Amino acid sequence: MIKLDAKIPQGRLAEKWTNYKESQALVSPANKRKLDIIVVGTGLAGASAAASLAEMGFNVKVFCYQDSPRRAHSVAAQGGINAAKNYQNDGDSIWRLYYDTIKGGDYRSREANVYRLAEVSVNIIDQAVAQGVPFAREYGGLLANRSFGGVLVSRTFYARGQTGQQLLLGAYQALMRQVNTGKIKLYPRTEMMDLVIIDGRARGIITRNLITGKIERHFGHAVVLATGGYGNVYFLSTNAMGSNGSAVWKAHKRGAAFANPAFVQIHPTAIPQHGPYQSKLTLMSESLRNDGRIWVPKKLEDAEAIREGRKRPEDIPDEDRDFYLERMYPAYGNLVPRDVAARAAKKMCDAGYGIENNPTKEGVFLDFKYAIERLGKKVIEERYGNLFEMYEKITGDNPYETPMKIYPAVHYTMGGLWVDYELMSTIPGLFVIGEANFSDHGANRLGASALMQGLADGYFILPYTIQNYLADQINVEPIPTDHPEFEKVEKEVQDHINHLMNINGKYSVDHFHRELGKIMWNKVGIARNANGLKEAIEEIRALREEFWKNVRIPGSADGINVELEKANRVADFFELAELMAIDALHREESCGGHFREEYQTEEGEPLRRDDQFMYVAAWEYKGDGNKHEWELNKEPLIYEETEVKVRNYKVAK
Amino acid sequence: MANKTINIKLRVWRQNGPSDKGHFETYELNDVPTAASFLEMMDLLNEKLINEGKDPVAFDHDCREGICGACSMYINGRAHGPDTGITTCQLHMRLFKDGETITVEPWRAKAFPVIKDLMVDRSALDEIIKAGGYISVNTGGAPDANTIPIPKDVAERAFDAANCIGCGACVATCKNHSAMLFVAAKVSHLALLPQGQVEAERRAKAMIAKMDELGFGTCSNTGACEVECPKGISISFIAKLNREYLKANLIP
Repeated sequence: MIKLDAKIPQGRLAEKWTNYKESQALVSPANKRKLDIIVVGTGLAGASAAASLAEMGFNVKVFCYQDSPRRAHSVAAQGGINAAKNYQNDGDSIWRLYYDTIKGGDYRSREANVYRLAEVSVNIIDQAVAQGVPFAREYGGLLANRSFGGVLVSRTFYARGQTGQQLLLGAYQALMRQVNTGKIKLYPRTEMMDLVIIDGRARGIITRNLITGKIERHFGHAVVLATGGYGNVYFLSTNAMGSNGSAVWKAHKRGAAFANPAFVQIHPTAIPQHGPYQSKLTLMSESLRNDGRIWVPKKLEDAEAIREGRKRPEDIPDEDRDFYLERMYPAYGNLVPRDVAARAAKKMCDAGYGIENNPTKEGVFLDFKYAIERLGKKVIEERYGNLFEMYEKITGDNPYETPMKIYPAVHYTMGGLWVDYELMSTIPGLFVIGEANFSDHGANRLGASALMQGLADGYFILPYTIQNYLADQINVEPIPTDHPEFEKVEKEVQDHINHLMNINGKYSVDHFHRELGKIMWNKVGIARNANGLKEAIEEIRALREEFWKNVRIPGSADGINVELEKANRVADFFELAELMAIDALHREESCGGHFREEYQTEEGEPLRRDDQFMYVAAWEYKGDGNKHEWELNKEPLIYEETEVKVRNYKVAK
Repeated sequence: MANKTINIKLRVWRQNGPSDKGHFETYELNDVPTAASFLEMMDLLNEKLINEGKDPVAFDHDCREGICGACSMYINGRAHGPDTGITTCQLHMRLFKDGETITVEPWRAKAFPVIKDLMVDRSALDEIIKAGGYISVNTGGAPDANTIPIPKDVAERAFDAANCIGCGACVATCKNHSAMLFVAAKVSHLALLPQGQVEAERRAKAMIAKMDELGFGTCSNTGACEVECPKGISISFIAKLNREYLKANLIP
């Protein structure tokens, strides 16, 4: 059993972070120079952390698999970033942002962490503006806001539909500035292969140079993982092609507990799948739900006629359209949280009202006709122009004239490595930030909160908390990488690669990955049940065995080998997939993105079971070699200042 | 959506490393769905090559939604292929005809050496940013974001420049392989905003010096870069860059 100590500071919720900062240990400027920190990943969390740590004087080594840190997948976030600035005078506050986040997460996140997130949210906006992030502005020159799902205020800051890009460029530029000063050493096109632990502390990583194939060793007094989520377990997701869970998975197998792996966010508005060769799904920003109305035909025969191309959506009169979100959830309407909207879309399509001509008939309309009538085409173009263009490029349809077709897609993983209040995993010296950790979003993340969390962790939280760990490390000399532990782990990495290269089987990596994705989407997807999950576990195991017998990787490991890169990642996805199904099976309740069909109200709403499941499920790896086993550890969630309620979006509370 | 398919012939540049001479290889690919993206078509080609025991074509790509800037193919003589305002990953097969021969090459520029096949080294662009493409503020201590009002049209114009995804299509397209549009976009984005004006001159000088040092060519105002920029970044930013550069050099 691991001892899970969340290390939550004393005091009232609103005072905890202040109390922590006042009593934590700090590292003096002279000593910062002596300490090396490894940061893996250059998305919002990794880039902002690396830049901030280097500015403070630490020596930072930064790794990313992309050819440039600017390409990390945070770049693709469209809609915006939340902050409790209350610039709109609409009643927002730190408490309200905190409350919306904890409620949106269905009371499965840690009170103190979420409150701190809301607290520092306001600093992020200041920092980004100082860096030159061109947020949208009003004519008076002040910052503009819009609203996102699951909230009753407008607190989302945005830069057209490219907020993630602009925030990432801000962090990337700050990072490059430190590369210029020499405080950061950058390793692009380099993938972390494993974690090195010496005397119980994270002390380094083993990497593979993706161009030369060379395996290398790197020491750090501390290691920070900022490697994002594991949504690509499903093969099709809104993640980038290279997004993967290998860094966190390798850390997990070396002893870091993995928390709530089953909590996956299925985003309601992606472009529906169009064929078996499809490589990824493209998101259409949640911000579109501010002005778009979601509907399916009221009559089954209309849905069928649309699928078969006999009718166009414009042919369906208003009275024959079912604006099902507005009907089911009058208070929040089209802006219900993501899990609620995704489930509703699946419900309508399962009942036969889907409008897309694909094998699963999965698709609903997102219609801008009404907003264009109300505001004019020009305003809509200003707000969503680039998103509309993107949609047209992919589908060939013009959303100014005909409604968009959308369907839910895997988007974000709330689960991740377990971390305490200081963002440290159960391995001392291993810190985990951004989507890679589990901490802030509970069972469901609200829109525009991923950017907020990534930057909160990287700019304003980790740079403080990591010092509390490093303060007693100032006399630790850098450990030479010929230490036996480095040698041992490097050999294990090499053996793993050789094993994969020598299989010489029949099928490509993608073949196995696609099959894995199908199992996960059908049985560990929007809705789950015990039988399906048990089947999924068996099927994943069987497919994994087949993968290790029959995968084919052409070429050699001594140079660029994209298939080998994919095989390394998919091998880890197989193990992670099994744990996701195990976690989903064990959690006999419905909460947020985790919907167990056995646990729902008469109205079909999720049924939480707080008396039994109000805890973080932190899984500890107990396997060896081919037999994978896990032990469950529980961190009870204690709500000291928050009234725990049933999440209800039918009324405005 | 009609499930139409086409048969195509691909002439693909194969080059096994920076020192290899490189050559075109021709492949036939049948039953390519027109709804597929260009990179999904390349996936089909690679799957076929792997099944035949051959070496798949190496190319850069990641987000596949037109924003990360990784994908970089020169298709039928045009950066990002025969469509405007898109990256390679946003190009779709419905733009090609049945029976068509499609030529696929890497970005070609002195500052972008080929790593393998269609994959090139664009770290020179990072080097330019490193030289000065930022506002020198540390984390913490920033004033409240609404302290400095910025006119909406200025913010919008700054955004138009900040839109750059660093793909390098401008360099690949330019007959001189100049990076002026790339540099102009960053210099303009930051120089337009009050926060960025403080060090505008230093920035323009440092970035231009680095660009020259890295082997990019000079700008001869043909405007080809603007045409192929997937984000529609205007060549008027180059004029803005020239003004910034001039200002920086006139003041001793």
